[in-house]
Amino acid sequence: MKYFHLIWAELMRRKTRTALTLLSIIAAFLLFGLLDGVRESFEQAGNSANGAKRLQTGSRLSFIQQLPMSLNDRIAQVPGVKQVTYANWFGGAYQDPHNQIFSFGVADNYLDLYPEMAVSAAHRKAFAATRTGVLVGEGLMKRFNWKVGQKLPLQSTIFTSSDGTKNWSFDIVGTLAATDKKSGGWFDQMILLHWKYFDDSTPYNRGQVGWYVTEVNDVNQSDRVAKAIDAISANSDHETKTQTEAAATASWMKQMADVGLIVGSIMGAVFFTLVLLTGNTMAQAVRERTSELAVLKTIGFPDRSVLLLVLAESVLLLLLGGTIGVAMADGLGPIVNAGSNGAINVPPIRWHSWSVALMLMVGIGLLVGLLPAIRAMRLNIVDALAGR
Amino acid sequence: MKKFLSFLRGLLTFAALAAGLVAWALAPWPVLLGLAVAFALWMLLTRSGQQAASVAGVGISTLSQRAGSSSVVVIGIAGVVAVLVAMLSMAEGYRETLARTGSDDTAMVLRGASAAEVMSTLDLASINVIEQAPGIARDADGRPLASPETVVAANLPIKGGKPDEDGSVQLRGVGDRAWQVRPQIKIVQGRKFETGKREVVVGSGAQRQFAGMEVGKQIRLGSEQWAVVGIFKSGDATDSEVWADADMVASTYRRGASRNAVIAKLSDAKQFKAFKAALAGDPRLQVDTTTTAEYFAKQSEAMTKVIRIIGIVVGSIMAIGAVFGALNTMFATVATRAREIATLRAIGFRGLPVVVAVMLETMLLALLGGLIGGALAWVIFNGYTASTIAGGVGQLTFDFRVTGQLLWSGLKWALAIGFVGGLFPALRAATLPVTSALRAL
Repeated sequence: MKYFHLIWAELMRRKTRTALTLLSIIAAFLLFGLLDGVRESFEQAGNSANGAKRLQTGSRLSFIQQLPMSLNDRIAQVPGVKQVTYANWFGGAYQDPHNQIFSFGVADNYLDLYPEMAVSAAHRKAFAATRTGVLVGEGLMKRFNWKVGQKLPLQSTIFTSSDGTKNWSFDIVGTLAATDKKSGGWFDQMILLHWKYFDDSTPYNRGQVGWYVTEVNDVNQSDRVAKAIDAISANSDHETKTQTEAAATASWMKQMADVGLIVGSIMGAVFFTLVLLTGNTMAQAVRERTSELAVLKTIGFPDRSVLLLVLAESVLLLLLGGTIGVAMADGLGPIVNAGSNGAINVPPIRWHSWSVALMLMVGIGLLVGLLPAIRAMRLNIVDALAGR
Repeated sequence: MKKFLSFLRGLLTFAALAAGLVAWALAPWPVLLGLAVAFALWMLLTRSGQQAASVAGVGISTLSQRAGSSSVVVIGIAGVVAVLVAMLSMAEGYRETLARTGSDDTAMVLRGASAAEVMSTLDLASINVIEQAPGIARDADGRPLASPETVVAANLPIKGGKPDEDGSVQLRGVGDRAWQVRPQIKIVQGRKFETGKREVVVGSGAQRQFAGMEVGKQIRLGSEQWAVVGIFKSGDATDSEVWADADMVASTYRRGASRNAVIAKLSDAKQFKAFKAALAGDPRLQVDTTTTAEYFAKQSEAMTKVIRIIGIVVGSIMAIGAVFGALNTMFATVATRAREIATLRAIGFRGLPVVVAVMLETMLLALLGGLIGGALAWVIFNGYTASTIAGGVGQLTFDFRVTGQLLWSGLKWALAIGFVGGLFPALRAATLPVTSALRAL
């Protein structure tokens, strides 16, 4: 720390160059922040502690195939099951059939199993009391400018309502929010309605549900419980497949695209470029300062200090640029989300991404500083002063 | 005052640059070719042009001495172009695959307000009405070429996945007329399935995606075993599907007599309006009618847009990073050659040739970077197969497509980056007072 002013002076020696290098580091870490947020949200989806406690039971045939209502009581009796709830796709769309919204008809106790959905007590009560009531994610409320208390006309792309058309009308009685931002905003973008109202209204459903969600008493028992649940309907015409929520989400995400691979290769390209740019600048900076470094050595700085000085300089440069870049990504995320009108959802940057970013900053800083630093350390004073 | 003026000049340069870049991005190639020709003529015919050429010649011939720092520009820009072209080629491949699917003279009839085939249901009565609508082409026996089809999302084990890992495939139950409605589908191996048997034919895309899709093997679809009897190829989104007999699929998935959609071959694309109006006007029906081309275009819209936005955001940020890298390198180049440039100016070379020479050098490096990046993207990603969920249900397999158009726009980006990266150092080289530059070391 004693030499901080020295390092600072080195950085300020050529302001333009430092500024330009800083800007390219900022660009790289801005990109890192945006991409890592996306990668993490893919990886973390359904991976929370609550998600591990929950099992999801769907049809083995296909995820659009429905299951009979009678399974509910039988699953509830499986030892190790704490509680069970169910849900159904509704296939809601607002204004245009292509403007689809995640919307499910859910059982009355659905929210009990999802502590990561925050619903105020008043809203919950209103939801329980209103047959046509819906809870709407905060993100959706904002996106379409809806208000609690208003009527919400929705089309269903799958089910007809009681009057034989696709038009349904609901009352917005409350809002949903994700208590845990790890969900990547998933809960902020959905609508929950009463399965009962849905089942009563549509002539197409006849007491069937899309999938069951089970909470187990003990996470270590979930494999056994899952097998027991699947055993209930083995060899029937509605065989089930039960897996942890994390596994279900992961296999679904995997089908979306090989996101990890693509994001990974982009990051690789970015960092390769970044290391090259910064490394080159550092080498230049050290080359230019040859005589100054020789003076430092002449007045008694040991080799090790010179090495550390140069290393500290490059690490400082990366830390500065990197921190600004990731912070910018944090600020830019919401803007991208708003700009894409909900089509893209960049999640907020969490401490995990920050820590990876910090490690990268220090790591790259050391990497690119190393060669110039060693060169500086090995300087022969006489040659350097003579400009040879 | 002097400071303010120089600030104003910087601001003006920047504004002009931004406007120039927008024009550059929008300009079609003939305009750019014209520019290049005009520039070449200027270099050949005018005095300052010849001066610029000779200065640039010196700069370029000494490039190899500055190989280390010059390669930074080349590699940085190559990275940008490679990433950008790769991302856009993914969007392009996806869009192309769906755009090739469907035609203007086949219509798809879905139950009203259904966003995708799989969400629709049509009962037997409606299907009979639809088949008798005017405008449908007829086969040699006079039967209408309309194919009622069942579409379900079926779970199948993924190739190379864990034993319990399932993916979703679009399983289409069809009758014999489906083959006539889609003449582009060719059986490339094995044979068609037989009516009334649990046999499937598999699209070549689905074959790549899922395990056990070989002729002669058995797969489990629903609760039954099915024999794979053939592989088909169509060159479009249908390649990702598995086809079987409609009645067998309906019974396995408990669909009864209802079907998801009717695909009808029209006698002529012009008949579509009349066909649509006839169905809309029929009080017995509640259906949406689109041409298949329109249906698939609509399906790909959102996803293509998302991939493009991501590609351009990522590309832009990387480009900004690369611009700063190029600026840095070129500033350094100008600094090390300050004396040389000052000498040139002292013996009578004007500012413009010097600016042009430095710019030319950077643009040359950028061009090289753009070519390398484009080549990399082409070698690695052209034909690279990816898949994603499409139409709400099945995995759609598509190839990345690095088209000439994309390579060209990648090259344009590279040159734009080179331009920005070279301009300011060039201006600096030209405006640095000769006396102080001569003293510089």
